[in-house]
Amino acid sequence: MERKMVTLVINGKEVTVPEGTTILEAARQAGIYIPTLCHDPELSPWGGCRLCIVEVRGWKELPAACITPVRHGMVVETESPAVRHARYTLIELLLANHPEDCLTCERTGSCALQDLAYRYGVRRTRFEGEKRNYPIEDSNPFIVRDMNKCILCGLCVRVCSEIMGKAVIDFAYRGVRTKITPPFELPLEKAGCVFCGNCIAVCPVGALFPKPMWGQGRHWEVKKVKTVCPYCGTGCSFYLVVKNDRVIGVQSCPEAPVNGRWLCVKGRFGFGFIHHRDRLKMPLIRDPFLFAKVTWPTALGRVARRLREVKEKYGPDAIGVLASARITNEEAYLLNKFARAVLGTNNIDHCARLCHAPTLVALREAFGSGAATNPLAEIPEADFILVIGSNTTETHPVAAIQIQKALRRGAVLAVIDPRRTEIASRAHYHLQLRPGTDIALLNAMAHVCLQENLWNQEFVIYRTENFAAFREAAMQYPPSLAAAITGVPEALIVEVARRYARAKNAVIIYTMGVTQHTCGTNNVYAIANLALLCGHVGRKGSGVLPLRGQNNVQGACDMGALPDYLPGYQAVTDPSLRAKFATAWGVEIPDHPGLTATEMFEAAAEGRIKALYIVGENPMVTEADTGLVKKALENLEFLVVQDIFLTETARFAHVVLPAASFAEKDGTFTNTERRIQRVRRAISPVGEAKPDWEIVTLLAREMGHPWDYSSPAAIMEEIAQLTPIYGGVSYERLEVEPEGIFWPCPHPEHPGTPILHQENFARGKGRFHPVHFAPPDEQPDKDYPFLLITGRYLTHYHSGTMTRRTPLGFYQETLLEMNPQDMAELGIKPRDRVLISSRHGVLKIEATPNSNLPRGVVFATFHDAENPINTLVGHRCDPRAKIPAFKGVAVRIEKAVR
Amino acid sequence: MGEAILEEVVRSYRGRPEKLIAALLALQRHYGYLPEPALRTLAQELGVPLSKVYGVATFYAQFRLKPRGRHTVCVCLGTACHVRGSEQIFHALKRELGVEPGDTTADGRFTLEVVSCVGACSMAPVVVVDEETHGRLDPEKALALLKKY
Ligand code: SF4
Ligand code: SF4
Ligand code: SF4
Ligand code: FES
Ligand code: FES
Repeated sequence: MERKMVTLVINGKEVTVPEGTTILEAARQAGIYIPTLCHDPELSPWGGCRLCIVEVRGWKELPAACITPVRHGMVVETESPAVRHARYTLIELLLANHPEDCLTCERTGSCALQDLAYRYGVRRTRFEGEKRNYPIEDSNPFIVRDMNKCILCGLCVRVCSEIMGKAVIDFAYRGVRTKITPPFELPLEKAGCVFCGNCIAVCPVGALFPKPMWGQGRHWEVKKVKTVCPYCGTGCSFYLVVKNDRVIGVQSCPEAPVNGRWLCVKGRFGFGFIHHRDRLKMPLIRDPFLFAKVTWPTALGRVARRLREVKEKYGPDAIGVLASARITNEEAYLLNKFARAVLGTNNIDHCARLCHAPTLVALREAFGSGAATNPLAEIPEADFILVIGSNTTETHPVAAIQIQKALRRGAVLAVIDPRRTEIASRAHYHLQLRPGTDIALLNAMAHVCLQENLWNQEFVIYRTENFAAFREAAMQYPPSLAAAITGVPEALIVEVARRYARAKNAVIIYTMGVTQHTCGTNNVYAIANLALLCGHVGRKGSGVLPLRGQNNVQGACDMGALPDYLPGYQAVTDPSLRAKFATAWGVEIPDHPGLTATEMFEAAAEGRIKALYIVGENPMVTEADTGLVKKALENLEFLVVQDIFLTETARFAHVVLPAASFAEKDGTFTNTERRIQRVRRAISPVGEAKPDWEIVTLLAREMGHPWDYSSPAAIMEEIAQLTPIYGGVSYERLEVEPEGIFWPCPHPEHPGTPILHQENFARGKGRFHPVHFAPPDEQPDKDYPFLLITGRYLTHYHSGTMTRRTPLGFYQETLLEMNPQDMAELGIKPRDRVLISSRHGVLKIEATPNSNLPRGVVFATFHDAENPINTLVGHRCDPRAKIPAFKGVAVRIEKAVR
Repeated sequence: MGEAILEEVVRSYRGRPEKLIAALLALQRHYGYLPEPALRTLAQELGVPLSKVYGVATFYAQFRLKPRGRHTVCVCLGTACHVRGSEQIFHALKRELGVEPGDTTADGRFTLEVVSCVGACSMAPVVVVDEETHGRLDPEKALALLKKY
């Protein structure tokens, strides 16, 4: 739709803008400054502060530029004497009841009110206002609220409700007593605040401030380094605020490509681990019972010698490497090279095994690529969003912001989840299925589309294959049958299927609720089938988005930290690809796929794996069947762990190597959108810690391979040469393309590929895979009548080694969440200790009611090493992807006698 | 009984955020004030954030968030009263009633309030009980006053 253009004159300059533009927007486009206090381009207009008033020739009043649309022929003055005078008075009024403590205010020098007073020459106020006298609110470790300084611009109120969907705070009272507050003056932590701190990011004055930065330094004393968040795969960027080689805080970076100013609590407040006293600062050797601090040459010498010995005695396949989804691409690449070229084994894997291994298998076979098809910013372009097994507001909070944005634009949201999560409660449709019955549900949705002729015939004919077989399978799942299996009402299944099929643009977002089952791979096939059937792939705003868990799990997969793939998903079984790497690396590459992470632990427990090199992972807490993992680690002849803390896993090591954190090194992370972004060194490594890429390089050298990487940039050059999807990536380019680069980017001139499968699928045609529902392995029965689902909380990350060493430790406990009626029936009161047992282990834990859980389902997180919930999870795996069933363990719950 | 009215209000306005003020008026008419638990239920059922409910309930003067006593004791702390010792009167009343301004005694008899100037400066210091203005008080006289209600 072409909008009519309108021409007006601002400060004597002719400006032409589309009809409906505000005077403020028009002025900004023309580079003309108009002050604002309550306006924000990403929030709804309000027009409350009046600072943006301008003079329009012929108008009696001075209109607020931020809410007044332009008209043809308007003549606007932005700094006329009348305007300046009015602004002067407005600023005086604001200062009248503002505390006069700019000298000690944290925002001094970066405060909008100060700047305005300066600009308009307001030295003191003529008005003798009553100063407010509210106590400063700082009862939580994240946000300090000083409402005496608040200028009531309402930006925080709008961020909290419009962006976050939380509406924790609002205006209350009136007249001079007007104040922004949570209801009933509750402290934020009791009012449902999620401490995203996005209200801080918009507050123009010192009324809201991040507590960890309080008193840490003036804003002109610090250095700001733009880098990428070390937590989840959303891939937000922000500034690390550095003073005297210490990270003192995190600040929003408005140019951040994925997230703009918005962050979640982990990104904004989860940095305290960097300088935590527990950081490993020296290499450690266990000799024979206690760890002793040693020098780098001693430690590296020992590791090299022991690995060589194991290799000589038992062969290379007796060694395994567990890479990390948290290290950089360059480091993951070097670990893949270290395993394959130095050790000579394909036994390399990482924790993607435990999250999206089924996606790698199934989406790859269906579409040709196991990665998300579209950028997150396209979620709001969809008119229908189907979220499956994703607790998005807690696990990918900033991705959830995009869903919230879509909702504000009128998109329809359906959520498939056994739990009534927050995103489910915001949805138009919540399909509360029985755990592990997704295939029946998704097949039935396909059935509806086929039956009612809602499927995209053109797309299916021209762009897919194997439709007939799929059709036959899907037709065996009428909604009535699916309703019986899943417990979701038939009419709801039909309605949601119709909505999905009829949408112009639709996205499916899914995570661990889909993959962490013994049928995880088939679940993903079922999703891909539905998307293919309705043709919702390969367009702007239409696609399938598996949200990746860790900051660089996408990159670790891309870089070949997988037993069956060399970097760039080049199969180790393909002789020509092997030959390419053999030439580049100067060694033969073993031709058979290696062991997966889950298999490595089994093999170690059985004595087939003798040595493990574990980098930045904590399987003692995160793997299924903790008992088996422990046995495996104890069984090893040699274990070297490289990490930033002495984790539960590192305690079993013979040698521990201290790694540098994300703040201490350069590199790249690839987020869930396939966007490659630059990670920047902000401080020097603490103690004698070294970046992982340096450690691996030194180790390779120690083992007789003349690696000579001088920097991560040099490693990226090698990656680009050998990995077609990264072929055009270089540090020079990332420096001038702050948006990052979306792979596939095969050569330096290629712009990158934000949307996959546009003309053709990566594999040519999209392939249907008929799948059938099979009852989950673990079903509740007489002995184990409950079904346990494991998951995460917003405030913690995985084994919590980082988050629990930050103010996020404020949220400590892992509790067993149960339906209140189930609790009552078992005579369990809130905070009672219960004994929970599965066929694989037992655990004592405190119980707490959660009425959003259906009866018969219980939930707990795995963050807490003191409550190692994974002891209960069996090691039965999906046959293809080898992922354990974290989302459905039959358990028994009894009141614990102490 | 209180629950019944809440249920009725919720039934008539469920899912209709625009009816917030009407719902608040109905509740206040019944309870004489707006109890916090009722506001929480209302917020959930109407689909209005609790912060917004609180904002509206505190914006309009006719809404009260605390139960009212049978009598309102209102101490003037305006300038004229202040220079004539209203502070001491205020403290004496506060001690005697055992409540903060805005709060009500446990027996529901008195609600304590403060104002600045009721326009009776010539009689300062002043205490207004319900509609009745009492002037030229001292702490002792003020305490004696309570006995009359
Ligand atoms: S921190 Fe986030 S949730 Fe809390 S009040 Fe601010 S914007 Fe709202
Ligand atoms: S706290 Fe800050 S953002 Fe919120 S209304 Fe006050 S000045 Fe504006
Ligand atoms: S959403 Fe993820 S990437 Fe963004 S700030 Fe939070 S943890 Fe970091
Ligand atoms: S910025 Fe326009 S009224 Fe506040
Ligand atoms: S100051 Fe108390 S009545 Fe005026």
